[in-house]
Amino acid sequence: MQSMFRENDLGIAHKFARINWGLVLLIFCLAGIGIASLYSAAGGSFDPWASRQLVRFGVGVIGMFIIAMMDIRWWYKLTWPIYFIGIIMLVFVEAKGHVGMGAQRWIDLGFIHLQPSELMKIAVIMALARHFHGLSPEQVRRIQYLVVPALVVCAPVGLVLLQPDLGTSLMIVMAGAGMVFIAGAPLRLFIGSAILTMISVPIIWQFLRDYQKQRVMTFINPESDPLGAGYHITQSKIAIGSGGVEGKGFMQGTQSHLNFLPEKQTDFIFTLWVEEWGLFGGLFLLSLIFLIFAIGFGIAMRCRHTFGRYLALGMSLNFSLYVFINISMVMGLIPVVGAPLPLVSYGGTSMLAALIGFGLMMSCSIHRHSKVTR
Amino acid sequence: MYHDDYSEKLFSRRAFVIGGLQLCGLVILGVRLAWLQIAQGKRYKMLSDKNRINIKILPPPRGEIVDRFGVPLAVNNQTYRVLIIPEQTDNIEKSLRALQSVIYVEEEHIDRILKEASKTAKFIPLRIKEGLSWGDVARVEVRLPDLPGIFIDVGDIRSYPYRDATAHIVGYVRAASKEDLEDNDPVLRLPGFRIGKTGIEKVYDKEMRGRPGAAEVEVNVVGREVRELKRKDPLFGSRVTLSIDGELQRITQEVLSEHISASAVVMDAYSGAIYAMASYPAFDPNAFVRGLTKEEWAVISEDPTHPQTNKAVSGQYPPGSTFKMISALAGLEKGTITRDTLIFCPGHYEYGKSRYHCWKRGGHGYVNLEKALQESCDTFFYEMAVEVGINAIADMARRFGLGDTLGLELGGERSGLIPDEAWKKKTMGVSWYPGETIISSIGQGNVLTTPLQLAVMTARMVNGGIGVKPWITGYVGEEYLERRDWDKIDVNPKHLALVRSGMDRVVNNRKGTAYSSRIDIEGMEMGGKTGTSQVQRITAEQRRLGIKNEDLPWRQRHHALFVGYAPISDPRYVCAVVVEHGIGGSTAAAPIAKILLEQTQRRDPAGTQMQPEIIDKDKKESKTRLEDFSGQNNQELEKPSFTIPPKKPKMQGQSLMQDFAPAPAPTQKTVNKIEGIYND
Repeated sequence: MQSMFRENDLGIAHKFARINWGLVLLIFCLAGIGIASLYSAAGGSFDPWASRQLVRFGVGVIGMFIIAMMDIRWWYKLTWPIYFIGIIMLVFVEAKGHVGMGAQRWIDLGFIHLQPSELMKIAVIMALARHFHGLSPEQVRRIQYLVVPALVVCAPVGLVLLQPDLGTSLMIVMAGAGMVFIAGAPLRLFIGSAILTMISVPIIWQFLRDYQKQRVMTFINPESDPLGAGYHITQSKIAIGSGGVEGKGFMQGTQSHLNFLPEKQTDFIFTLWVEEWGLFGGLFLLSLIFLIFAIGFGIAMRCRHTFGRYLALGMSLNFSLYVFINISMVMGLIPVVGAPLPLVSYGGTSMLAALIGFGLMMSCSIHRHSKVTR
Repeated sequence: MYHDDYSEKLFSRRAFVIGGLQLCGLVILGVRLAWLQIAQGKRYKMLSDKNRINIKILPPPRGEIVDRFGVPLAVNNQTYRVLIIPEQTDNIEKSLRALQSVIYVEEEHIDRILKEASKTAKFIPLRIKEGLSWGDVARVEVRLPDLPGIFIDVGDIRSYPYRDATAHIVGYVRAASKEDLEDNDPVLRLPGFRIGKTGIEKVYDKEMRGRPGAAEVEVNVVGREVRELKRKDPLFGSRVTLSIDGELQRITQEVLSEHISASAVVMDAYSGAIYAMASYPAFDPNAFVRGLTKEEWAVISEDPTHPQTNKAVSGQYPPGSTFKMISALAGLEKGTITRDTLIFCPGHYEYGKSRYHCWKRGGHGYVNLEKALQESCDTFFYEMAVEVGINAIADMARRFGLGDTLGLELGGERSGLIPDEAWKKKTMGVSWYPGETIISSIGQGNVLTTPLQLAVMTARMVNGGIGVKPWITGYVGEEYLERRDWDKIDVNPKHLALVRSGMDRVVNNRKGTAYSSRIDIEGMEMGGKTGTSQVQRITAEQRRLGIKNEDLPWRQRHHALFVGYAPISDPRYVCAVVVEHGIGGSTAAAPIAKILLEQTQRRDPAGTQMQPEIIDKDKKESKTRLEDFSGQNNQELEKPSFTIPPKKPKMQGQSLMQDFAPAPAPTQKTVNKIEGIYND
């Protein structure tokens, strides 16, 4: 039986054959939806968004395959260096932001404005997967083994908060908490933290200055800013609702095209898609996402080493956080936080981050029988 | 075993929970989508098909700036303007060109709008032109169907009725610059929205700005409003009440304008409230609001007398003889001189190999302190200063507010310079030498002061040593900013009385240097000190040839200074006047001080209390400005004409008192003072 032996050295061809082609197909479908929507958003033109998105996707997919082919043990060994490079990049943008007067969250690499905080999410998940790899369930239940995860999450969260980017830091916290949960930390820990948060929020609130309170309030309730986010959500809901079951047809979306949606190519791309393709298009997109979740789940379950299981499920979790936050935001379920829809929204870093995540997920799949030692 | 059963099961359980949550999330999203598109679909479809929802921004009216009597110094006037909403036209440039064929629009405006349109959100209207005439409004209205995206509305424009008289205090507003736009306040992107760039307009910009409102309106396919769905009224900006007396300010500016370049400060001796602060020449802030042409800007920026500079706070001048009170106080404190010390003035003072001249060639003969001040004898101070030493003089000067900024909220203050031994060692690396003490004692050499500092110095001298500091803002909205609780400075009141007696004699003694500028009205007499400070040394050659100062080019003439207070019996007001290159303190500066102190006492600003903005909750929520087409209210700015109020008998002051509640009395002394003026 195959599982009786460990295969540590696979040939390229063998690896290639093991690529999860279903996942690749789904990724191409999602990106295709994105590019079609960008084409429509530009009024039937590849310029300025669709063409660039296509190039980025092409480059990203090649990167994804390379990442997928690389031995999972490599990734295991590279985890901490990657994590610390991520931290250094965050410190760098913070320092540069101070010099350049203003919140700068990205590093200009020429072809892409790289946001280290997006990549940091992946690094945090990798670091936690590595930390929990080989810990016995008894160890995970002990509090001293949760000190390192806490530090791993808190360091980037602190740096991202300084930017200041509350949305991304909350996402890192959620991804980190998810990893700790997956690794089997006791449930009372989560219940306890939830209670503690609920108690501490009103207390911290007392100590905030008025302008800080104001900022938090605007974050929680953007409708209080009639010129900003609240307006966008109203317009987004009208666009989605008016799409109806069948949609208005490709390139026929009136609301999005009339520029009622200022960020139609990035955060509000889902709105544009469902305005034109209706409920059918929307459910089709959600089904694609469901299949991606299912494949991620399958990869995690079939993987023979803890590192891979945690990593694969963690990447799936990370992807779903983006999806939920973005889509619930544009449908007016949660406050505006400014998160893109991975693979679909226009934007280099989010595309790159998503493809890296899937690359790692595939690597877990290809090397599911490898023996990863601590 | 690599995986034990327990951990296998635990992982499976947890993974199922995660997977379940993901599935739940997707179901929620799907249900929400279906709800929006099926249940609400019809409603939204109607909204999007027949009508579009548009957002209309309601700009907040900027808070006014008023003087202490509530007279407006900065107000909002209404102006007709033509705007364009980029999203309502297919081709912005075409619309603008079409507009150009209807009314005159400068080419630079077209370029600016095309540039702005590419940067801002499409639903935000852009200002094309302001201050349209009735004719232009009519022409545009008639052709409106041919001008897609273009419309006319009424907007606010800031206006300063006192024009150049309050330019340096009130400042002006201008359109936000690129750097300002980084502050993400959406209101900055409103058409024609302007923010404070200088003066009080800048200092309290945020408070006066208010908060914009917004109305969600349904517009039909041609862009006409069908109905209003939601509305949030704008919040008025706060009113700022200054301690300034606008009319006194105007008079001050007018009086100064008789010279080429001059500045003056009128201040309350006890509270530090500034009643007037003027710097001539100034500029018309209204021109900055509407935008200067290149020529206008060139005129202002290249003027050698710097109209944009507020010389009252940032002009630094050698104080000349107005500094002698400081030297005298230092000498009295150290015991070098007393009231009765007599010094012989032969017209010059010899020290080492040098000869220091008194301004009076023949000399003053034997003089005591009071007489030395009265006739401004230099020799008396030369001889005394050598013994007192520079450090004691500098120390005394600092106690009176010289040599450092005073923290006026308006900003732009310079610190002046009070030299001493340590300063010279530090900046020049060489030791102080006694000759410098001699010229410093009469406010020459390296000593530098600003008019504001001189006013503060005088106030501290005549109020019995209360360490007042200047301020100019009484209220921002309802917030009370007036300050009165000053600490006493360390100085002997007897010495102050002696110096004040000397200052009295400067003006009111027949032989005093400012006798010709005395205020000859009982109970309003002023005291003070003249000062004439050299811009450059008088050479032996000039002295021998008897070249008069007025024969020199303007730049080389002496500065004329005067510090004064009134009334002498119980000083309430102080003033400082500096006429740049005005040749003589007694001839150029003292007459100005006479007018200012007389007018101040007649108007008696200290007898009124500033009123906070009465915040009427109904008024606070403004009605929309865009609908407000009720007649053109674009009245011509009326220039207040300059008339010095007729001489009023003192009893008339009492009727003033009925109009304005008396000032809250900070100390027993001021209470007496107010009664002293009105009840005797």
